[in-house]
This record gives sequence, C-alpha cells and structure tokens, in this order.
Amino acid sequence: MNSKALTKVDLIFESIDAREVLTTAFSMPNEKIIDQVLESGLRGRGGAGFPTGMKWKFTAAEKDPEKYIVCNADEGEPGTFKDREILDRVVYKVYGGMAIAGKAIGAKKGFIYLRGEYRFLLPQLYLELHKFHKMIAEIGYDFNIEYRMGSGAYICGEESALFESIEGFRGEPRNKPPYPTTSGLFCKPTSINNVETLVTAMMIIAKGPQEYVKLGTKDSRGSKVFSVSGDTPVPGIYELELGMTVQQFVDEFGDGDTKAVQVGGASGFCVPRKKFEETIIGFEGVPTGGSMKLFNSSRSMYNVLHNYLDFFAEESCGQCTPCRVGCQQLLKGVEKVKKGEAKSTYLNELVKLADTMKVASKCGLGQSVGNAFKSIVENFREEIIY
Amino acid sequence: MYQTGKMVKDLADKYGRTRESLMPILQDIVKKHNYLTDEAMVEVATELDISAAEVYGTASFYTFLDTEERGKNVIRVCKTITCSMKGKIDIISTLEEILKIKVGETTPDKMFTLLETNCIGWCHKAPAMLINDMPYTDLTPESVIDIIKGYMRK
Amino acid sequence: MVTLKINDQEVKVAKGTTVLDAAKKLGIVIPTLCNHPDLCVAGNCRVCVVEQTGARTLVAACAMPVAEGMDIHTNTLKVRNARKHIVELLLSEHRADCTKCYKNQKCELQTLANEYSFGEHIFLDLVEDHDYLIDRSSPAFIKDDSKCIRCQRCVRTCAQLQHVSAIAVANKGSRMKISSFHDRPMSHVVCTNCGQCVNRCPTGALTEKTYIDHVWDAIYDPDMHVVVQTAPAVRVALGEDLGYDPGERVTGKMVTALRQLGFDSVLDTDFTADLTIIEEGTELLTRLKKVLVENDHSMALPMFTSCSPGWIKFIEHKYPHMLANLSTCKSPQQMFGALAKTFYAQKRNLDPAKVVSVSIMPCTAKKYEADRPEMRSSGYKDIDYVLTTRELAVMIKQAGIDFRTIEPSHYDSIMGVSTGAGVIFGATGGVMEAALRTAYEIVTGKPVPFKNLNIMPVRGMEGVKEATIKIEGTTEEWRFLEGAELKVAIAHGLVNANKIAKAVSTGKASYHFIEIMACPGGCLGGGGQPIPTNAAVRQKRMEAIYAEDMHMDIRKSHENPEIKAIYEEFLEKPNGHKSHELLHTHYIERESY
Repeated sequence: MNSKALTKVDLIFESIDAREVLTTAFSMPNEKIIDQVLESGLRGRGGAGFPTGMKWKFTAAEKDPEKYIVCNADEGEPGTFKDREILDRVVYKVYGGMAIAGKAIGAKKGFIYLRGEYRFLLPQLYLELHKFHKMIAEIGYDFNIEYRMGSGAYICGEESALFESIEGFRGEPRNKPPYPTTSGLFCKPTSINNVETLVTAMMIIAKGPQEYVKLGTKDSRGSKVFSVSGDTPVPGIYELELGMTVQQFVDEFGDGDTKAVQVGGASGFCVPRKKFEETIIGFEGVPTGGSMKLFNSSRSMYNVLHNYLDFFAEESCGQCTPCRVGCQQLLKGVEKVKKGEAKSTYLNELVKLADTMKVASKCGLGQSVGNAFKSIVENFREEIIY
Repeated sequence: MYQTGKMVKDLADKYGRTRESLMPILQDIVKKHNYLTDEAMVEVATELDISAAEVYGTASFYTFLDTEERGKNVIRVCKTITCSMKGKIDIISTLEEILKIKVGETTPDKMFTLLETNCIGWCHKAPAMLINDMPYTDLTPESVIDIIKGYMRK
Repeated sequence: MVTLKINDQEVKVAKGTTVLDAAKKLGIVIPTLCNHPDLCVAGNCRVCVVEQTGARTLVAACAMPVAEGMDIHTNTLKVRNARKHIVELLLSEHRADCTKCYKNQKCELQTLANEYSFGEHIFLDLVEDHDYLIDRSSPAFIKDDSKCIRCQRCVRTCAQLQHVSAIAVANKGSRMKISSFHDRPMSHVVCTNCGQCVNRCPTGALTEKTYIDHVWDAIYDPDMHVVVQTAPAVRVALGEDLGYDPGERVTGKMVTALRQLGFDSVLDTDFTADLTIIEEGTELLTRLKKVLVENDHSMALPMFTSCSPGWIKFIEHKYPHMLANLSTCKSPQQMFGALAKTFYAQKRNLDPAKVVSVSIMPCTAKKYEADRPEMRSSGYKDIDYVLTTRELAVMIKQAGIDFRTIEPSHYDSIMGVSTGAGVIFGATGGVMEAALRTAYEIVTGKPVPFKNLNIMPVRGMEGVKEATIKIEGTTEEWRFLEGAELKVAIAHGLVNANKIAKAVSTGKASYHFIEIMACPGGCLGGGGQPIPTNAAVRQKRMEAIYAEDMHMDIRKSHENPEIKAIYEEFLEKPNGHKSHELLHTHYIERESY
C-alpha cells in the first residue's frame, strides 16, 4: 500500500512575484510550457482529473486562430468551498495561470465563469483584474480576461453546460464528441480549467515541475486544496499532499467518532469506517475536487442519501431520460423503502438503475449520481431500510 | 411589480443584442429588482429578437433568475447536507417566526422572501444563508434575528 | 471515408456520418425517439445508446460520429438492460391511458414499450407527483403535458423549422417541462397553430383537437344538410393512413368514401381555390395598376398570399405593421364556407341555418381559422367543423369502409368542379403558378410561355424560390405592364416566410407578389397530414399533386365553367360588392409574445 503520511503543503496560497513569473513564462516557447505541465503530472483539480498538460496540448494543436481559456469558477459540488478561498486570497494567480495557459494554447481571451452565489466577491476581483491587465500590458503581453456570472445552476459546472450558459442558453450539456478542445466556447477550441488547476499550473511554471513531482504519488501527483466540513472540530480549507489514506485523514480531521467520509461531494463516494485504511484519497482510490465531509455515528445515512438525491433531482438539467427520471426514481424509491411501502429488495432494482444511469446518462452529473447512491446503499443498507 | 421603463433598452445598449447578451441583461434586471416580470421578459425578447418563450425558458432554468414575484430582500437558506446537519431547521423556523411567512412565500409588505437553496459554499461555517448577494454564516437563531432586524431597519 | 465495425460487420461511410446512419446501411435497426430526420440531432432520450469497445460509457448512436476502427455493438447485455430501463423510465413519467388516447397504436413510446419492455413495471409511477397541465385552449390542438416524454422534438420544430418558438424548454430537474411563455395558454401566445409540432410528437402529448363526433352527430341529424369540401393536399396523402404508400392519388376513392360516410354533398375546395385565383389575381392587378400607373401607394406592394392561416397568425404577431401587404382574399376554405350558406343554400333551396359545412384539411390551423370571429360572412359560422386528413381516415375506418376496394367516383356539382390550377394549391409554389396561369392570360390574352403550362421555376422544395416573369404582348387595357418584369417569390416553412417578410420589412426586397405557406412543402406537409412526415414523403406527395394537375381536363382557373357560372349568377364580378362581402376579410394586429 503506497500511501503518504498526511502532509500539509503551502503552494496555492504562497505569495509569489507574479510579474516575474509571467515575464519568464511569456518568453518561453509554447511547447516548453506544455511540456513542463505534462512533466509535473498535474491533473484537473475540479474533480474530473483530466491531465492538464494533455488538455493544453490538444487545444494548442488546433488550427483555428480563435481559441479560449475558460476558468471554471462555478464551484457547486456540495462541500466544496476551496475555490472561493483561492479567489478571495490569491486571485492574481488565477489570472496569471490563465495568461500562461493562453500563451501555451494560443488564446488571447479568457473567461471566468463565476457562480452566482459568489457575486459578492466581484468588487475585489475586478480591482485585482484591473491591476492584472495593467501589469501584463506593461510586460507587453496581449491577453484579456472577462467575467461571466452564473445564476444558480449546479450543472453549469459541467464544461459544455458552462459554455452554453455563457452563450446565453440553458445550461444543458452538449453531445461529445466534439470535445471542448476542438469545439468549446462559441464552438471554438477551448481549454477549460478549474480555478485551482490554473493556480497550480502557474506555480509549476514558477518553481519548475520537479518540485511538484516530489509531492504525491505516481497516479496522483502533487498536492490539493481540500475543503473539510461536517462532524469535525476543525472545519476549513487545507492544502495537503495527495495519496494519504482516508484513515490518516480521519485521524487528523475526525471528531473521534467518524462513521463515514463522503469524498467528492454528492457525486463522490461514501467511504465507510471499515474501508478507511484501504482507501487512498487520490485518482488511484477515491478522487475528489476537494470536498471532504465527515459524518459521525449520530448521523443517519438515510438522511444523507436523501439529501443528495433531492439535490440531484433538483439540479439535473432534465434533458436526458436516465438522469431526469432516474434521480426522481432513486429519491422516491428510497423514501418508499424507508416507509415500508416498498420491499427492501427494491433497493437492488435501484442499484441496477444507478448502474444504468452511470453508463447511459448524457453527462457526468447523471453518470455520478450512482456513486453516492451505491456507496451509501451498499455500506449502510440497514440505515436505508429501517 | 415594477415598471421597466428604459431599463431593458439601456441594458441592451450596454451588453449588445446577441444571444450572448441574454444572461448579463437578465442578471442585471434581477440584481435591481430581484425577479423578472412578464413585461421585462417580453421587452428583452423584443430587443434581442428572440421569442418570449425562449427568454422564459432560459430564465426559468436558473434558480436565481426568478420569474415569480420576489421581495426586496431574498433570503436563501442552504439546505444541503452539512447545513442541514448543523441546524438549518432551526434557522428556518426562526425566520418563519420573525417574518410570519413560510418557505416559498413573500411578506405582504414585499420586504422579504424566504427560500431554500442548494449548497452555497460555506459548509465549514454552517448553517449559512444568502440575503440577496450577501452571505451570512455561522448562523444561530439569535444571530439570524439580529440580521433580519438590521434589514428591517434599512 | 471511414471504416468501422458494427456487430462485427464492416461498413464504410463518409466522415461525419453518425453511428445510427452507418448502422442503417448495414440494415441494423437501432431504436430512437428524440431523433427526427427533419430536425437537428438532440441526443437526449438515450434510447439509441450502443456499446463502443473501449469507451467508459455507452454512446448515443444518433449523436456519435463514426471514427476509423470504431467497434460498435448494438445488442449486448449492457445495451439491452440500459434500453429496457430507459423505456421504463419514460413510461413511469407518462400517463398511459392508451385505450383512451388518440395516438393509440400510432405512438412511438408504445412501440418501444412493446419491443423492449413488456411485462411488469419495476419503477414507481411519477405521474401522480406532478401537477400536469392539459392545455385545451386552442381550437386546433391539445397539449397534454402528462404524456410528454421531453424529447424536445416540438421545441426544435417550432424553433428551427418555423422560427416561432412558441414553446421552449423551461425549468430544470424534475420540474423540467415544455412550456409556452410563462405557462400561458397556447391560444394566448404567438403559436400559429400550424401543427408541425403535432406532426412530430412521438406520443399523445400533442394531438389535433378532433371534431369527429361532432361531424357524426351532424351527419346522423336528419334535419341537417351536411356539405363537405376537400383540400387539394388531402387527396395525395389520405392513402398513407389507409394502407397506401406515400404519393398515391386517391381522389376518386376519397369522394366515394365521403359519400358512404353520409355527407349530403361532396364538394371540392379546389373549386374555391380557382375562385381565389380570380379574386386574388384581380386584386394583384388592381394593386399593380394603382401603384405603377396611378402612383397611389394606399395599396401596398408586394402582395402576400393569404390562404395559409398559420402564416396569417404569424404575420399578425411578428409583422403587424405589414398587414396591408396581405391579400384581402379569404382562404379557399373560408370562401367555400361563406358560399355554402349563401349561394349553395339558395341554389339547393335549403335553409342556411340547416346547412352544416365541414372541411377536410391537411391543416390544423384551419380549425383556428374557422373559429376566427370575423369568419361569419354568411350570417352563420361559415365553416362549422374542420377535420384533418388523419381524422377522415379514422372516420373511414369507423364506418367499416374498405378503402382499398371501393370504386372511385366524382364530386357533386355546384362547387365541385375544379381545375389543375386549383389542385396545385397543395404544393409550395402552387398558388403562385395558378395565379400566374390566369393573370398572365388576362393581361396578354395568351397562356403562360411554359411548356404544358408547367411553370417550373416556382416548383420544388427549396425554402425560398424566386422568379421573374417578363410580360410581353399585353392587351390594350394592360398596356402599362408591357415589358414589365413581374418579380415573384415563394416561401414555405415559417423560417423561410420570416426571411422574406424581414426582407420586405427592411425594404430589401423588390418583389411584387409573394406566396407564403406556413408548412414545409406547402399544405402537403401540413399539420393535419398523416404521420410520419419527412422529406422523402413530402417529395412523393408533391409529385402526386403535379401528376393530378396534368390529368385534369381544365388547367386554368378562369376556364372553370362553375367559376364562370358563379360570377354570372351570383357574384357579378371579381372584387365586386358581393365578393367583398363574402370572400374578403381583414386582419388583426397582435402582441409579439
């Protein structure tokens, strides 16, 4: 079992001289920037975990002169609040990361899609943006960033739904292929990256990929910002090296009575106490965009499951059958089982439905509903039934 | 109800008249009035040369672009799991008591609307709520009463 | 070209082909629901999911473009389980009252259930959780949300084919639905009643409002004299609902069947189509004279045709400032209705109060047109009931008529004789061609200079057609048109109507006369025609219409002896006082939403 000890890291929130880093980056050949990011092994920090270097490489290879960098700041996964902290404290590094990404792929324009619930941050974000634009103009680099606001739709965190929203439509995910790197925002080649990914990329360019490779594991390179909440004496934001076990995490953040840890929010996995030791937090185990929720033995896992299903039934875009109807069926189904109006064996049918949703839904939302459902039902079956 | 006057035309002048302009225009109307009247939606449709049903269909997708009448202060209490665990239910009942309305309703003087919403990203300081754009965290029944009284004084 | 394997069979297709279409080449059927040949790809129902080796999830065949070396399997256990679940999920949010439903046996969801998911339902009924709306406000159609499976075909139709977008997708999650502007009744919004959405709805969520029982009641009532008129496009499509292939001309059988149903007189809308040509042709020439000779711009040019009620409602909502450009002529249906209770009643010595006028139309908007308050020129409701082609097929089956074996027969007289010019009204370009055949001859004394009178430039399925007819050798009365180039345009489908209307509105068009049909293909593609509809079917119907024209004895409206008779005996002259009273109408400015 390759696991690291729980190590706190200070990379994301570390102060750097942005001007210096950007001046260096802008003089680097585009391929070198991409190579460094590839070498670092950085994978998307929003939850999906696509290798960032690959994403930039694909977009760079597109011939269309009109390309975009989009920063996904629609942080909406329940239990995730780390991007807000990043925007609050080091937004200049988000802008810097976007500019570097723009250089790498050949985009002159960047958009930040900020969730409506974070609108109160705008005044200070604009202040920093103004400074940023001034600075890169002085360095002599042509790159412009604009904000686009969300208005209360979790699904707009999905990349193609996000594009639809910016374009003025309902946030309904698109058919893929084509993928965003070929046809994204305004149907142009687009690299869409999470807030934390962009900051990490800038730090990799600032310090060199080797520093980053020292952290984490083979499959989960580097460190990550986690947002910890629930039954914990120390809720908050923590930057940790990837690759620790859930047990190590619980030892640090639990309240001594942790029954389960939900890794990755409502669309993530529920790890029961018996699996703490064997489960790694990272892409080789349970991946996460940062959301870590701890539940102690006083909590009803039925309530947790019901809460998540209610969330999905509301936030699904409603477009595709497996998700729109499946979420409602799962929700109503567990209610009926709990009330004794349906046999407990009905849960087995719902688990099969969750499997169908996983393979037949149009986008990641529907595909992920089954994660939480199955992991809670399989590990806490008695709590769902009785 | 509010009169749109020149508002929509001015917003269209500011943001343009393409489909891309739809969200910023609707968002600015909501920022000012907290919801979209039918009249406003029809005017937006005319300015952008799209159908009123399209405007309504797009607006109704987004939780914060309300097409039903809302009060001057829209309270959205988070109901997702952590806030739920940390006492959202007491916050709701306190609000229902002090405002004398139920969740989903608006006070007769149109000052407050009480709604529930999904995770707003303050789980480490749960329970939390938004009043218009402003987040309020680490809520207790007492702190909620203070906050509301503050709004009532305005 | 791309080579891929489907079910271990190799197939070579062009780049950009979908897996669904590639499978069709191999004769492999993949079920679909949200997919429609007339519309862009949606990929939301997920019924067509198939397995792609190496992919993490199943893929939607309708939306997945082929790739070199792709390996697809359409009938694995994973696919079958998913398909079964998906059909059951759809059934769980669908109010299935099949035995009471108008779409019973013609419903695509029913077919899928029968093919992939018969047996006990596993999932819970979700219909009871929703407060479904059933909108019966329109006289033309019913929108029943409890049967909607949210494939969005109707939304795509209304947006892409018709450029109306009276309905859109609203809300999200479990509350997602197809809605009008803020859930207003369909009769209170910009909906044109064209019925194209009805033609493409896979279930009973959108159906025409039927008047079959009303018509039976009238037929059985011994006191009432029931006349029926049949539109040109009905006779080339009725067969499709009665066992024939598209493109079969069943005019004679249709007449016999109508007689056997019990109608007292079987007459032809084509007659009043001819009448429309005389009235409208005269109106056009009058406008040309007023504008070109007398410089009197109180009459507007270009002139738009006015026989398509879907188009009328469209322009009333979208371009209310251009109503003066519409011909004041009623549609053939409404002209017929007004005459049925005046001229016809008089000639047959009938009390007009006891005359019931029924029309068989390829159209749903005609139901709305018949209900328009101004359509009472006869002193009574000019048209009592409108039945779609589909409804007529139902009545024929109800009466136990074996359509295949009945002998053809001819229409009755007084408003039953028609010409080829009348029958081509059913195709896009037909009204224009009929008008030109008459107008040109009035002005020059000679037939139009086209072989067999077939004015090819105005025919065909292109969205917008333009033609210029040079007028040479005019008679004395029409000397002012000598050498003039009459510029005409034809559009079908409201998206194309909008293009022309917009051009006229912004002064960028220089036409004199424009034919507009709300439906793709013209009336032959109307909202009341047999389902399914697609480009190939409409093409076949079009060919049948022009074939019908070629087989008529008389091919020009002004040579119709019954037309000559009605002017001599009743109307006096075209655009005369009597005509204006009965055969012309006015329009209403409506809101934009």
